[in-house]
Amino acid sequence: MKTVEELFDLVKAKFGDAILQMNTSLPKETVIEVSPEAVAEISWYLRDDEELKFDNLMLLTGLDDENGEKVKLEDGTTEIKGGTLSVVYHLESMAIGHKLVLKTSTPRETPEVESVARVWACADWHEREAYDMFGIIFKNHPDLRRILMPYDWEAGYPLRKDYKNPEFYQGMKVPY
Amino acid sequence: MGLLDKEFNDDNIVITKVEDLLNWARLSSLWQMSFGLACCAIEMMATSASHYDFDRFGVIPRPSPRQADIIIISGTVTLKMATRIKRLYEQMPDPKYIISMGSCSNCGGPYWEHGYHVLKGVDRVIPVDVYVPGCPPRPEALLDGLLKLQDKIRNESLVKKAV
Repeated sequence: MKTVEELFDLVKAKFGDAILQMNTSLPKETVIEVSPEAVAEISWYLRDDEELKFDNLMLLTGLDDENGEKVKLEDGTTEIKGGTLSVVYHLESMAIGHKLVLKTSTPRETPEVESVARVWACADWHEREAYDMFGIIFKNHPDLRRILMPYDWEAGYPLRKDYKNPEFYQGMKVPY
Repeated sequence: MGLLDKEFNDDNIVITKVEDLLNWARLSSLWQMSFGLACCAIEMMATSASHYDFDRFGVIPRPSPRQADIIIISGTVTLKMATRIKRLYEQMPDPKYIISMGSCSNCGGPYWEHGYHVLKGVDRVIPVDVYVPGCPPRPEALLDGLLKLQDKIRNESLVKKAV
């Protein structure tokens, strides 16, 4: 069993600049923030190291940080320019019993994160969902398609804070 | 018209109108398409089971749209599902009837404002005969909806539209 502080020191020593910081200000869990290009590499290490054995990805979720500049458009709606989208990974070691939360942030205009679907197979559909809802591109994902919305959905990514629902989808009126 | 057996006078002769005979036959064996969408489908299944016994009204599940008379839209109709529902409905032979069960399929229900993925009422894609309110409706409510539909069929006519 390792504490989050010990885990942070371990990965910081191994990956250096790819590990950005440890956020201890959150009420429940301490989050280790990492750079989006290094996520897969760090994940392989966390899974395969004999002392860590993070064999279970409990949850992978997308997140709209809503930290960009809000621009009022002519039709009264707002659009967010700049800022970041994030991906959060909740890891657990069933063999050892410790847990870890990773977070990575990527620019809103070009949201690209390394896929971990080859590290934990269950990440496949989770990443497809994050792509479907937030438009985050997972590089080296085996099959990055929409998973919940229709394949021909063109109105964007529904869980982004500046998402606007379309008037019509395939001739059906969408608003109430 | 009452039940057909009231028209028996003597022996084995039945005297009735063609219209009434057709309506009686239709309303007494509404084969329901085996099709459920969400939590309303659980109530629908409970209605089909022995305690509430849909079968006593002639409603039996039929797992093919081509041999079904009625489709119960039991649950949230997502936009993705709506295109499929339309196709299923179009595969059913006439005469065909629709019961919209529960708030979601009536009008979008709790998803009416922020449900980016939900069709706000199945009547936007197919014509509904009976709306059953509730979230989800109890089996008694669904049974009442079915009886309302039977009343509607009972008053159908070959020459004029049913009200």
